[in-house]
Amino acid sequence: MILTAPLAAIGRPVLALLAFVGRIAIYAVQVVSHLFRPPYYPREFLTALMQIGWFSLPVVGLTAVFTGGALALQIYSGGARFNAEAAVPSIVAIGMVRELGPVLGGLMVAARVASSIAAEIGTMKVTEQIDALVTLSTNPLKYLALPRVLAATLAVPVLVGVGDAIGIAGGWLVGVNRLGFNPATYLQNTHDFLESWDVVSGLWKGAAFGFIVAIMGCYHGMNSGRGAQGVGAATKAAVVGASVLILATNYLLTEVFFTS
Amino acid sequence: MITLSAVHKSFGANRVLRGVDLTIPKGESMVIIGGSGTGKSVLLKCILGLVTPDAGTITLDGQDVSRADRDAFLARFGMLFQGGALFDSLRVWENVAFRLLRGSLKRPKHEAREIAIEKLRRVGLKPETADLFPAELSGGMQKRVGLARAIAANPEIIFFDEPTTGLDPIMSGVINALIREIVTEMGATAMTITHDMSSVRAIADRVAMLQDGVIHWTGPVAEMDAAPDPYLQQFIHGRADGPIASVR
Repeated sequence: MILTAPLAAIGRPVLALLAFVGRIAIYAVQVVSHLFRPPYYPREFLTALMQIGWFSLPVVGLTAVFTGGALALQIYSGGARFNAEAAVPSIVAIGMVRELGPVLGGLMVAARVASSIAAEIGTMKVTEQIDALVTLSTNPLKYLALPRVLAATLAVPVLVGVGDAIGIAGGWLVGVNRLGFNPATYLQNTHDFLESWDVVSGLWKGAAFGFIVAIMGCYHGMNSGRGAQGVGAATKAAVVGASVLILATNYLLTEVFFTS
Repeated sequence: MITLSAVHKSFGANRVLRGVDLTIPKGESMVIIGGSGTGKSVLLKCILGLVTPDAGTITLDGQDVSRADRDAFLARFGMLFQGGALFDSLRVWENVAFRLLRGSLKRPKHEAREIAIEKLRRVGLKPETADLFPAELSGGMQKRVGLARAIAANPEIIFFDEPTTGLDPIMSGVINALIREIVTEMGATAMTITHDMSSVRAIADRVAMLQDGVIHWTGPVAEMDAAPDPYLQQFIHGRADGPIASVR
């Protein structure tokens, strides 16, 4: 008993984590299965597309422009140690489209969208609106979850693409105005060193991150506890869960895309 | 006719329903009374399939509800929730016409809107209310909208969960009178759960008292006051002393 206690202490949270991952996976499969079974709710999908895509644009854009600018300064000062200042345009572009654009865009969307989905659906649950949907012959997964998951999966890659362009523009602004690069040469270098797969891989990451954000928001909202405290806890869990999953998925996708 | 036989439901160690047997005859208005936390809402949710019973059977017109086609089954029901449960993001008329805008009962939008406005008028709300959002309404108006939504598709069976909770006595009287009128005029089977005795007297044909997870007493509302059951008498007269207090 004394010998097995430490093992049990380790095993308990591991089993709880595995059970949680299993529940999320089953939930995700259930949501996606409704993609192939009518009826569909186009109005809810378009509303979610606006909420998740269009209204996230300012925060993603601001994040990208400052990240691009800071990246240019860092690479310039770091590259000066081995006379590689000229690499600023290419490294800014590759860094933005492969990593920083999708990851920071995904994290900003997680903060903004996962929280709002979890809070909205959680409030619907505690005020019996989810029960009301069921009594009105409407499946909550189909009506609430699928439109949001679909919208996030399609909108986040677009946000990442726009964020990539804005981030590169941020690097260009700093490169030209602070670091003395020639404007045309900076753009030419960016174009020459950037490959299409760099951009496309980032967009695929964006789609995966959008899916994760919406699934986590919907899952935690629908499993929210009672009252304001329950909704608050669901919101926090959605944002933390989505952020950690985004970072873990980013590593896995980077392994798949760039090391195989 | 709705029949419950030996229905059990527990949440962890809390045994809420411990063998409920109850029959709700077709076209009658049954009111379930009982203290807070006695499982009235759980009982109602078991019938609707929102909560799955641990044991026992629930039948509707002789058919086991757990084996019934869900859409067809739910299409026969209307439900007024305790807090209204109106959808915040939809306008009042879209809430009322929710069932008529999608699914098997779908109608053209203008027709659904007309029906919604007619149902709003039936519960005493003006057509101007139709384009408001639920957050712009008072508690009493939200209850009326919830009632309009419950009757929008002319259901055979209507459930009312604490219909007067949170309302002032006059508004409670208005809602009680509306429920009685609507149930009578539609010929619907009604099941109401409440601990408001004025609602019981206004709405009920029959009364059932849920206590300790079972139906403790049931009978016509006219016989309720003369019934010798001490639990029932303590509850309907709101006495602090009696067998229910000693159980607590």
